[in-house]
Amino acid sequence: MQVVMQATMDFVKQYWVPLVCGLVIVAVLPLIVGYVVLVERKIMADMQARLGPMRVGPHGLLQPIADAVKLLIKEDIIPEDADKLVFWLAPVLSVAAALLAIAGLAIGPVFQIAKDINIGILFVVGVSAMGIFGIVLGGWASNSHYSLIGALRSSAQLVSYETAAGMALVCGLLFAGTLNITSIVQAQYDQGIWFGLLAPVAFFTYLVASIAETNRAPFDLPEAESELVAGYMTEFSGFRWSLYFLAEYTNMIVVASVATTLFLGGWLRPFPRTHWLNFIDFLPPLLMVGVGAYCVMRTPKQPARVQQMFMLAVAGMCFAVAVVLAAPVLVPIVKPSLALAVKPYYDGILGGFWFIFKVSLYIYFFMWLRFTLPRYRFDQLMRLGWHFLIPLSIINVLLIGIAMIVGQYLNWSGWMLLLATIPASIIALIVALFILATEQKSEPQKASGAAPDSYA
Amino acid sequence: MVLDTRQLNTAATAAQGVQIDPLDDTSMVINMGPQHPSTHGVLRVKLKLDGERVIGSECMIGYLHRGVEKIAEHRSYQQFAPYVDRMDYVAAVSNGLGYCEAVEKLLMVEAPPRARVIRTILTELQRIASHLLWLGTHALDIGALTPLFYCFREREEILKILEKYCGARLTTHAFRIGGLQYEAYDTLEKDVERFCKSFEQRVKDYEDLLTQNRIWLGRTKGVGILKAEDAIALGATGPVLRASGVKWDIRKAMPYAAYDQYKFEIPIGTTGDTYDRYLVRMEEMRQSRLICLQAIENIPSGPILAKVGKVLKPPPGEVYHSIEAPKGELGYYVISDGTVQPYRVRIRPPSFVNLQAFDKMARGHLVADVVAIIGTLDIVLGEVDR
Repeated sequence: MQVVMQATMDFVKQYWVPLVCGLVIVAVLPLIVGYVVLVERKIMADMQARLGPMRVGPHGLLQPIADAVKLLIKEDIIPEDADKLVFWLAPVLSVAAALLAIAGLAIGPVFQIAKDINIGILFVVGVSAMGIFGIVLGGWASNSHYSLIGALRSSAQLVSYETAAGMALVCGLLFAGTLNITSIVQAQYDQGIWFGLLAPVAFFTYLVASIAETNRAPFDLPEAESELVAGYMTEFSGFRWSLYFLAEYTNMIVVASVATTLFLGGWLRPFPRTHWLNFIDFLPPLLMVGVGAYCVMRTPKQPARVQQMFMLAVAGMCFAVAVVLAAPVLVPIVKPSLALAVKPYYDGILGGFWFIFKVSLYIYFFMWLRFTLPRYRFDQLMRLGWHFLIPLSIINVLLIGIAMIVGQYLNWSGWMLLLATIPASIIALIVALFILATEQKSEPQKASGAAPDSYA
Repeated sequence: MVLDTRQLNTAATAAQGVQIDPLDDTSMVINMGPQHPSTHGVLRVKLKLDGERVIGSECMIGYLHRGVEKIAEHRSYQQFAPYVDRMDYVAAVSNGLGYCEAVEKLLMVEAPPRARVIRTILTELQRIASHLLWLGTHALDIGALTPLFYCFREREEILKILEKYCGARLTTHAFRIGGLQYEAYDTLEKDVERFCKSFEQRVKDYEDLLTQNRIWLGRTKGVGILKAEDAIALGATGPVLRASGVKWDIRKAMPYAAYDQYKFEIPIGTTGDTYDRYLVRMEEMRQSRLICLQAIENIPSGPILAKVGKVLKPPPGEVYHSIEAPKGELGYYVISDGTVQPYRVRIRPPSFVNLQAFDKMARGHLVADVVAIIGTLDIVLGEVDR
């Protein structure tokens, strides 16, 4: 008995940080996802000349909570002909994979659950790709034609775009020379340039492929609502449906985080080694102060007293965050002797801010595309993947590799390396476009649907 | 006994055209609708698929059948007028115009010039509104979410004008047999002019979003081609026919209301694909705007209602009158037996006839194209089913 107790204590002592982080993720992530959805709806409304959710809380700030409650208390329907076990299992699989992928990520140098796994990026990409099982099984288990087509589309799409995304990641990894997430960011710090700038074509490829991988518009064919009702989610309702939803948005966060880590300098602020640009450190707190001030300004316009109080509370939170963000920057200036002691907090807090900021921008781009572009057709999607993105990414890896050798030979590094990689990227793009053009010439688009079978 | 629903479905399906062969393991039959996000109401399309390719299709209609034609036989001529608004409920003004003119023809009266011009203005506004609704939903079907809201913003302006004129927004009952019931309100010209002024830029905005968009081109070009001879053989009218390259517009061919007074072009397409139909309708909106601008410049004064009695008793006889509704030729065939009620009213709805072209257009395309084709036909199920 004592042995067991002892073992448990040791286990807890050794792993309490990741355990707590994991619990926080599982508990907080649904909330975060809820607010990502709210922000998406607000952005959508802004682009579409309307207001979006305005009823629950001031400016609809409590809408996600209302939605969550609604989804949780909804009737849980399992179709009679469904494969019950698989139907039950599928959404759980999807969510589990997405949450597990989060574990491998590092939100700033401090907050990381699975600390410094040496295969970092590979783990994240691999585990998040497992989510496809949830989609395929869910579509199959529903025993509905729409679900089945949605699931098939989804698997075909993921398999094809995973290749392109993987090749794009390889480009970034070539520069980093490691799979470990902390080391990748450190490499960008050492070289003084984001890998997204060194390999713009790889970044572009990853951007497109990650949109396709997360089934977002204009590649949201698996759940194309105007064609397949809701694709693989058609038969799911209530809680199960919200699990899929959670998985989808979590996956968005995962791909955005991977892109941020590998291509956008992770938690580094822009130009981390240029000292005269240190004032950039003040931008995050100023931004939060700005948001808080805006909330205060809007307060008198709220109709009810409760809403006014709520608005002030939001403003107060913004100010509090601003103080937290400002502290590690201000303390070393006021008391230089404390600079070293404050350093970890600086890394953790401001690093976290920059990471979340970049991830938000990336997700904003996703949303922007969604409200602007029509949807691809399935064969067009596959053609884009196999005839353009995959050749492009493979050629790009080759040419970037050559560029790196050239760079080493000439002793170029950092920004100088651009001299080698930019021509390489341009050549890759030209060759890929050439391949696409010849493909199209050799196989003219037939009007009445003689396009090749899309399920590659 | 527990009914095996699957067996029942199979039996029902086999009886209705798209055959199911139990031994055929390469094809799949799916039902699109009547409850489906993009069948524009309660259309039910049965699709036979090979993978995702459509190898056969069948439209099943009647879910919104209300017996409008039969109702006409038990109502007086005036009483029936509001019913026609409920057929193509997104272009109620046009429906009313067709019916009123048909009965006027039967009565051998003519609406006064002022009434005819105001009718023209409202009908053209309604055409723009109808096309805006089509554009929004069509784009939504193809996956572009945003144009819908812009289109509804402009449509709202038109509905406001209609509301100011007759008090109703959707099922307007704007006209009366013999002319108009309401005099135009004071600022009608100004409202229409303001709308037309802003609308030019708006159409440009929509075109910026879609016309040169690569994905939009990919989704609409070469999709749902309807050749001119097929279109004529199937009786297609309106933009569907014109996009196939046939220059046929009843506003020009057999002018009614005040259309003979105005200059406007009839846009036609070349290939008859979805993209051409899109371009034709966009241009039609511009032309309607021009007609409105010409019409408000000179609205003649005078009475708004011809001398028709309180009780309408047309002489025995029959008449067919058709107008160019936003969706195509809308015809009314009215037979009078000399009493206060029509003996028979037969309506030729453009959506119903255009829908016949669906199978021709959809065969060989993918499921994703089916929704584009339903959208491009611009059907309203209220009108298809009547």
